Formats: sequence, C-alpha cells, structure tokens
Amino acid sequence: MTNYLLKLRIWRGDKDGGEIKDYPVEVSEGEVVLDAIHRVQGTQAGDLAVRWNCKAGKCGSCSAEVNGKPRLMCMCRLSDFEEDEVITVTPMRSFPVIRDLVTDVSYNYEKAKELPAFAPPPRDADGKRRMAQIDVERGQEFRKCIECFLCQNTCHVVRDHEDNKPAFAGPRFFLRYAELDMHPLDTHDRRELAQGAAGLSMCNITKCCTEVCPEGIKITDNAIIPMKERVADRKYDPLVWLGNKIGLRSKDYEGRTDA
Amino acid sequence: MAETTRHPMTGNEMSGSAEGGMERHTYDVVVIGAGGAGLRAAIAAHDSGARTAIVCKSLLGKAHTVMAEGGIAAAMGNRWPEDNWEVHFRDTMRGGKMLNNWRMAQLHAQEAPERVQELEDWGALFDRTDDGLISQRDFGGHKYARLAHVGDRTGLEMIRTLQQRAVALGIDVFMECTVTDLFKDGDKVAGAFAYWRESGRFIVFDAPSVILATGGIGKSFKVTSNSWEYTGDGHALAMRAGASLINMEFVQFHPTGMVWPPSVKGLLVTESVRGDGGILKNSEGERFMFDYIPEFFKAETADTVEEADRWYDDKKNNRRPPELLPRDEVARAINSEIKAGRGTPHGGIYLDIASRRTPEFIRKRLPSMYHQFKELADVDITAEPMEIGPTCHYVMGGVEVDADTQESAVTGLYAVGECSGGMHGSNRLGGNSLGDLLVFGKRAGEAATAYADSLGEQRPRVDEADVKAAQASALAPFEVEGGENPYTIQSDLQQSMNDLVGIIRTATELEESLSEIEAFKERARTMVVEGHRQYNPGWHLALDLRNMLIVSECIAKAALAREESRGGHTRDDFPGPNPEWGTKNLVVNLNSTGDGVDLHEKPLPEMPDELKGYFA
Repeated sequence: MTNYLLKLRIWRGDKDGGEIKDYPVEVSEGEVVLDAIHRVQGTQAGDLAVRWNCKAGKCGSCSAEVNGKPRLMCMCRLSDFEEDEVITVTPMRSFPVIRDLVTDVSYNYEKAKELPAFAPPPRDADGKRRMAQIDVERGQEFRKCIECFLCQNTCHVVRDHEDNKPAFAGPRFFLRYAELDMHPLDTHDRRELAQGAAGLSMCNITKCCTEVCPEGIKITDNAIIPMKERVADRKYDPLVWLGNKIGLRSKDYEGRTDA
Repeated sequence: MAETTRHPMTGNEMSGSAEGGMERHTYDVVVIGAGGAGLRAAIAAHDSGARTAIVCKSLLGKAHTVMAEGGIAAAMGNRWPEDNWEVHFRDTMRGGKMLNNWRMAQLHAQEAPERVQELEDWGALFDRTDDGLISQRDFGGHKYARLAHVGDRTGLEMIRTLQQRAVALGIDVFMECTVTDLFKDGDKVAGAFAYWRESGRFIVFDAPSVILATGGIGKSFKVTSNSWEYTGDGHALAMRAGASLINMEFVQFHPTGMVWPPSVKGLLVTESVRGDGGILKNSEGERFMFDYIPEFFKAETADTVEEADRWYDDKKNNRRPPELLPRDEVARAINSEIKAGRGTPHGGIYLDIASRRTPEFIRKRLPSMYHQFKELADVDITAEPMEIGPTCHYVMGGVEVDADTQESAVTGLYAVGECSGGMHGSNRLGGNSLGDLLVFGKRAGEAATAYADSLGEQRPRVDEADVKAAQASALAPFEVEGGENPYTIQSDLQQSMNDLVGIIRTATELEESLSEIEAFKERARTMVVEGHRQYNPGWHLALDLRNMLIVSECIAKAALAREESRGGHTRDDFPGPNPEWGTKNLVVNLNSTGDGVDLHEKPLPEMPDELKGYFA
C-alpha cells in the first residue's frame, strides 16, 4: 500500500469569518477525503468541526465543497486527484457557516415543514393497498434522495440570491412535490402550491442540481420538468379549462383535491 | 420579561435569558434518538396526546436506520400465504438460540405486519409483487420470503417516512443535541440533561417519561458497520440511572462487510445479496458453507448444491441454502475459512452474485451495493465477486425491559430498538431489527404517555443540585491540563475490543481485555480537550467515550462469565452450547461506586405451554 503526504487545505472559522489553513496529512491508497479530514481531526486539530455519519454515501451528512465542487466527502476518492495536487475543502457556500465545515442547513428543514403530507384514500377491504411496481418506481427514484442538500447548495436561484430563499423551496423539495404528485394513491393536487408558494417557476432548468446529485437522481428531467408540464397543463390546456368550466374532470384530476 | 427566540438550527423555541444561560423545556415524553425506534415512539406518544420532544445527536433523518438495507421482517403472507406470526415467532426464537424473551418475540411477530402497512399509509413506497401487494424477500433464518423492502435501501425509506410523518405532526425536534445525564426524583425519572452540539449550550428537560432509542455500541470495535453515533449512550444512561442490561455478551458480527479498501473496511454488504441468490466461495473456488451446517439447523438446510439452487423457486420441496443460515453461523464459517488460509488477497472471502444472476437483476435488486462497490472499491458486482469478511454490526444486549411496555426497572424510563435487550436472544435474524423498532417504538410511546398522564399534577421534580452536577460533569474534560487526547484513547479501545472481545473469544483474552479497559478508564480520567464548546467534536467524543468504556466493560465481563458458545458469543475454550446456560440471562448493573459493573445470573422468563408446542 502506498502512503503519501496529501497537501490538504481546510477552511477554519465561524460566522464572523475565517481562513483556509494548511493541514499536510499522511494518506494511503483507497482513502477518501473524509478519511483525511478525520486524520487531521485525530492528530492535528481535535476541534475541527465536520458533520458525518455513515461514511458510505447513504446518510448525506458530510456535504462540502472539494476544490470548489459540491461533494460528499465520504464518496470523494483521493485517487481521483494527482498525488501532488492540493485539495481544498470548504463548507457549502449557500448556507451560513456555524463552524469550520459545518453549516446551518435549517433552511431545508423549514422548507420541509411547508409541504403538505401524503394523503391516501382508505385501504382496500382486506386492509392492504395495491399499487403496480411500474407506478411506484417513478416515486422511488425521488425517494432515493439522501438529503445531502448539495442540490440546494448548488442551485443558483439561492446560491447567489439569498433574498430568493423565502419564496423558493429548491430542487430537493421539487423532488418531494413530484414524488407526491406522481404517487399512485395520493389524493391531493399540489401543483398550484409547487408553482406558487414553492417557487417552481423560478427554476430555469440549468440542471446544476442534477449534476451534483450523489444518488444520480435526474432531478431536472424526471421531477422538475414534468412538474412544470403538469402545472402548465392545468393552467393553460384549453380542454382542461373547458372541462373545468362545464364540470367535467380530466382523468388527471380523478380523486384529487387541492392541497 | 423573558425573551424568546427560535433556535437557528432547528427552529425550536429557546429562551436566551433563562437562568444561567441554560434552556429549560417541559414535556410529557422525551425521546432520545431519532432512528426508526425513536421516531416511531415519538409518533405514538404524540398520537396518544403527549407533549413530545425528540432529541437526537445528528440532523433529523441521518440516524443509523438509514444504513439498514435488506428489509422489514413481517409475516404478511404476500408471497407465501402459509406464512403467519407463529412461523415468524418460531424462526425468531430459533435464530436467537431460544434465549429470546418469548413475549417480545411473540408481540413482534404478531404486530409487525400492521406496523409495515402503517408505513405505507404514511407514504412509504415499497417494492411490489405482481398483484400489487408489498413485495417480500428471502433472508437468513426466515422460513418464508418475508422482508418488505425497497431495493436495498429499506432503512432510508423507513426513516424518511417516519421523519416526514413526525414533521407533518409538528413534533418538536432538538437536532444535534446530545443527552449526557438523566435526572431522577427518588426512584422515578424526572428529566434529562443535554447540550447543543452547535453552541455547547446546556438544556434541561423536565419530563416524567424518557424513552431511550439510542441504538447500539458498535463504535467500541475497530471493524464495524456502525457510525460515530453508536457509542452506547442509552445503555450507559440507563445503567447510571439504576436500570440493568441483559445479554451484553451477544454482539452480532455481520458475515459480510467490505474488507477493501481499508477506508471502508467493515462497511455493510447487505444479506439481500445472499437472499437474492449470492453464494460464498473461498480462494479455492469452493462453496464452503455446506461444510458448516450445524446440527441445530440440519433438518431445514439443503446439503447439496442442486437442492440449494432449486430452493429459490420451489420452497415447498427443497430446503434453504446454507448461505442463508442465521448470521452467527455464517460469520463463524467465514472466520474459519480465512483462518485456515483460504481467504482472498485482502483477507476476506468471496461473495459472488455475478455468476448467478443477470446484470439487470443485480442492478435492480441491489442498486446501493452496485453503487457502493463501484464508487468505493472499483468493483463491478455484476461482473466479479465481492471480497467480504465479518464486521461488528449489532448488539443483541441492552436495557432489560418489560415486554409489553418497554419500561426498564426505573419508573418512567423506557428503552426501544437496539438499546433494549431480550427480543433477539443470543442472535438477531436479519430483518427483525426494523420490525423491532416499529413494534416496540409504538408500544413504548403509548406506555410512556399513559404513565405521564397517570401522574396528574404529581410530577417528579428535577433537583437543582443534580443539574449543577450534570453540568460540572459535562465540562470536566475542559478542566484537565496536559492529558491525552480522546481520539487516541478511542482508537486504542477499538483495537483492543476487536482483538480481545471479537468474534472468537477465550478466557485469557477476555481477562486481558478487562485489565486493558481499566487502563483506558484511567487514561480517560485525565483526557484533555482543546478549543471551546462550540461544535467541538473532540469534546463530544470525550463525553461519548465514557459511555463506550462502561459498555465495553459490560460486554467483556459478560463474555467472560458465559462459559459456552451460543449465537453471537463464541468461546474457543467452550465450544458448543451448554443446556444449563440456555436457561439464564446475565444481568449487569453499575456497581456501588459507580466506576465499574456488577454481574449476576437470572433465569429466563418461562414460555407458556401453548407456545412451547412450536418447538416440540
């Protein structure tokens, strides 16, 4: 196994400011950025603040920016870099810093609270529910989300415009709106809400969120664009408009009520 | 006038001008931990009308339940109508080598199906059978395909569903907040003491009911599938409050953890790989599990490759493949093969599904495993075998509780999930932990609420002297100068537990481990923390380390006392089970000086005759 000295630089500081500091650290083959951070913590800076849990790309805790790119530190392999390359780790930029690599991600938890919950009809007579595999798969793709919030961090609607935050739920929650809208059993219609209160219309589909998703969820193509289309259908489709006027309901509205 | 602000991290209300800068909150039920058990307990408490708080060490949704992969064992009979709670009960008891608390195993088997259906009511999207019902997959030790699952990320689905439910109900969540002490008034629970990780600021909870749902102890071992949070907090809090632990000698080493690269050593490889057709091979290419079928499972295990392979499609006329024996058996077999020199280049053995199933099937059924090996080890599991070896995964031992209510020996103190003991006996079957969290989480939440309600105005009160003591104890690591750093002590403890209290144990090594633990305790008394209280992982570890040390001592002491091999406890010097030990538990308590643990034997609760019939 080959060991070498990694030229690691880490942002240290808090809400009042900070700086990037050098932490040269011994690393070995097969390691990831989070291993190097942990070694710095164990040997050079015991109070280095970093969030992590599973170290397996499943919990989405260790989000940061590695050489400016939003990454999970546990899935960012050192072998992707040259051995003499400098690796600089900084906290996610769109959220306020608490300390070092830890940011205040409460924005996301606040947005989660604004979302109306799943609303199913009663169960079948035998106490069970029936759905086809093909119908649950669309939602399942979105439920792979590990809430690392890298998409939220990257989305330029909030990354460079703090003032947009109150009116914009962000890609993670567009996923959630889409998931519920496409749930085979959900009875609510959340399209109006997604477009209005959640700010879906502010998204101009640059796909930055999709690019950084560590789960490979096609956020833009499979969630955001279909949601925009569904909103457009509802708003502008003349047949739907007429149907609504004369009391007919399209199949897409069957059994659903506005959330 | 008291000024109220919202906590910036969680949105919780906090009073900045509370006396001494300390926050104070009053609840009926405080749940410590926000994994599956904690969330389910909190939902049940809320639904029963309690003012409920969840206090958790990490952000909401990050708890270790997200790591569960395979599924939730529940006899819903969606694939095999022959399946029912009685079969599940029997499998659970036999998997635990009959040391389980029979009542917990019974309640679990009976109530798990409804707990799974409930998740679906709250938005979970399980994989489906052809007729649209919740799909169920095969797993070790379960007679029928019984695990409700979502690919190989069932834990994520479960925690997200419960999290979204808890948020929708508006339950207060104190995230990144660690409980360091429990308060009592006489013999009753009165509340809990905690600090915000973010600010280092202290909080006192006044609450007559506290539910421990803190998970396990795996971080005491070097090679583990567990995250940093698994430091035995609930185990230690319960003992310090006067409750007892049982079955602590039983630690589950999951047969299949990654062995390479070193950075991911111990990371879990789901049992679903074997449930879906994967087999184990040694370096000579031999499918060795047929050499390791124990007497106890002979009648129900296939003894030829042909029969084993037929079983996946025809369960009626064939017996299960030996790769699907309970985890303790498989882990020991792998260990023996490696020791005999038939291991892989990186010191594991081969887990092969590539030669058994199509790439499409593998990517569909095991997407996380595909991703994990591809990203972290450059291995394509649809084309080549994985290298795997045993990893510390789960502790069967935990707080001794009443089966129906999950209440400990301390009035008002409850324990659920991995930090409780009894349900799984000496070995847990895969898939039974997620069901355990749901079934007993609900029961504990309801019982804790009923108890809090019954008190009326006569609630236990937190003694101010205890608050001061808890504060001093939490700040102690800052007071020391010139001592050692907690990371070094933790790393030495992990190595020691791995070497001396691991998968195969002997009296001499266990004795050695106990004297090493004494030395670690001594070193921990003078450990030093740098920096200040704001988001300081060194300080957090120093506090967690105290729990790790006491829990490690429980494990080593109980392991030394139990002179037999059973389930997750294997003694080289006492191979095989001893019927006399099969009738008793080992119970540990904090000793009278509070710096060590005492051990005593206790007979198992007697199973009623109508249930004994299943084992005739």
